[in-house]
Amino acid sequence: MNAIEFTEMARKKEIDIVEHTCQVIENIEKINKNYHYFNTISKELAIEQAKKIAKSPKGTLCGLPVSVKDCICVKGVESTAGSKILKGYRPVFNATAVENAIKEGAIIIGKTSQDEFGFGSFNVNVGVDFEMPRNPFDIERCTGGSSGGSAGVTQMANFPHISIAESTGGSIACPASFCGVAGITPTYGLVSRYGLIDYASSLDKIGAMAKTASECRLMLGVIKGKDPKDATSIDAKEGDSAVKKVAVIKEALEVDEKIKDMVLKALDSKGIKYDIVSLPLTAKYANSCYYILATSEASTNLAKFCGFKYGAEFSLEDSYNAHFTKARSACFGKEAKRRIILGTFARMAGFRDAFYLKAAKVRTMIINEYKQAFSQYDALVSPTMPVLAPRLDELSKLTPLQSYMMDVLTVGPNLAGLPHMSINIGFSNRLPVGMMITADHFCEGKLFEMAGH
Amino acid sequence: MMFTKETLQRAAKNARISLTEKEIEEFLPQISAVLNAFSEISRAEAKDAEPSIQPVPVKNAMRDDKAVKSLSEEEIFSNTRLKKDGYFKGPKVL
Repeated sequence: MNAIEFTEMARKKEIDIVEHTCQVIENIEKINKNYHYFNTISKELAIEQAKKIAKSPKGTLCGLPVSVKDCICVKGVESTAGSKILKGYRPVFNATAVENAIKEGAIIIGKTSQDEFGFGSFNVNVGVDFEMPRNPFDIERCTGGSSGGSAGVTQMANFPHISIAESTGGSIACPASFCGVAGITPTYGLVSRYGLIDYASSLDKIGAMAKTASECRLMLGVIKGKDPKDATSIDAKEGDSAVKKVAVIKEALEVDEKIKDMVLKALDSKGIKYDIVSLPLTAKYANSCYYILATSEASTNLAKFCGFKYGAEFSLEDSYNAHFTKARSACFGKEAKRRIILGTFARMAGFRDAFYLKAAKVRTMIINEYKQAFSQYDALVSPTMPVLAPRLDELSKLTPLQSYMMDVLTVGPNLAGLPHMSINIGFSNRLPVGMMITADHFCEGKLFEMAGH
Repeated sequence: MMFTKETLQRAAKNARISLTEKEIEEFLPQISAVLNAFSEISRAEAKDAEPSIQPVPVKNAMRDDKAVKSLSEEEIFSNTRLKKDGYFKGPKVL
């Protein structure tokens, strides 16, 4: 039973919502012992919500178990963004996306594991004292990141479920691909970022993961919309959803041969005719542009974490700067330190114009290149990731640069704020392969149209 | 480009992060390799391009200048033990 069928039955009182919720909690507690998909399981909140909904079952998400990436605030539930520096932080408000989901009857079952603050593509850059989530198809492999916990539990759940996840440079598409589920990253601004523990404000987008594209659509319909609490949120009219012309991105085919063949065969098998389109600027510069901008923004966003107003606390024996330095040095993981330093450097006097400002200009050129492509095509297609889910021991040998280069296919649409969706198109060596569909701003309907083809 | 140990330490200090010798040894070649690879962006012909601060046009959002409900004092201080008389207790400035 999928989420759509479940919520219909729940509204008709054909399901005991409290009993179902208790079973789900028991189930995820069991899964979590070996797979580490949750940083926190919100048992008390879930049962309390279930009891309330059972009295008056209504709403689009009536009684549906919903997991939430740890960087998205849930009132009263520890929300750490996977970082030790936020250990113990219990928000006193819900993120707007979470609030909207709860209003429609969602039951929040827990906070899913992630790379610390979203700093990773494989979910191995977890914070100090956090566990790495494991791939549902091979426990020795990664889930992909940074929304790895969301993707893993979405695949492994034997109950109806949708996850609210987040992407900055590919953090929904990548784990969706590696775990064999569907993941929608909407247009920048379509979903309010209020209550999101930010990584890079001009790139962060809240989206959804589910077993099917239609379940992702169900969640997106609930969480999207203008929010007075987020000045960058947009009340957009849904664009035309008809998909008449499709193109495959030429440079994105320079990947594992099997993955490339599977993507092209998936289009052929659905009878979708396609052209090949070249996006040379995106292929050449998107990765460097993304990392310069994302780390620059992260280095300023993370300046607020200093160890006394919330999260990790340190005694006040030191001076101002010494206190902040002690808290940050002790609590941030290695990748968080690297990215903060990289971003701080890219904004320093003498380097800012060559790195940050230049990257912001190149971003405009990349947006224009996509816009040019969308003047001819309704949807662009590529593999989601250039490789299958790597083994954890392989990842431990990668340098940060080699790791960053794995994002080459996902950073483009994220930089341009374009909606994109990864769907599973089968398996290679018993590991899932994802195909990514990208559409023009606010044309999420085209993604669902293609995915449901 | 040269990313020296001094530059690394300066950036870390600006970011209020103290690095151990082991971290310096590890991070210096890693960040240096990243910056070398990403400095290719300097070769992009972007003279006429305006910088994009957001990926989609965003309009300024204003609300009426009226008091609205905000968090209570109890809520604001609920996540810390470091508080006194309605203030956060922070480290010494001087």
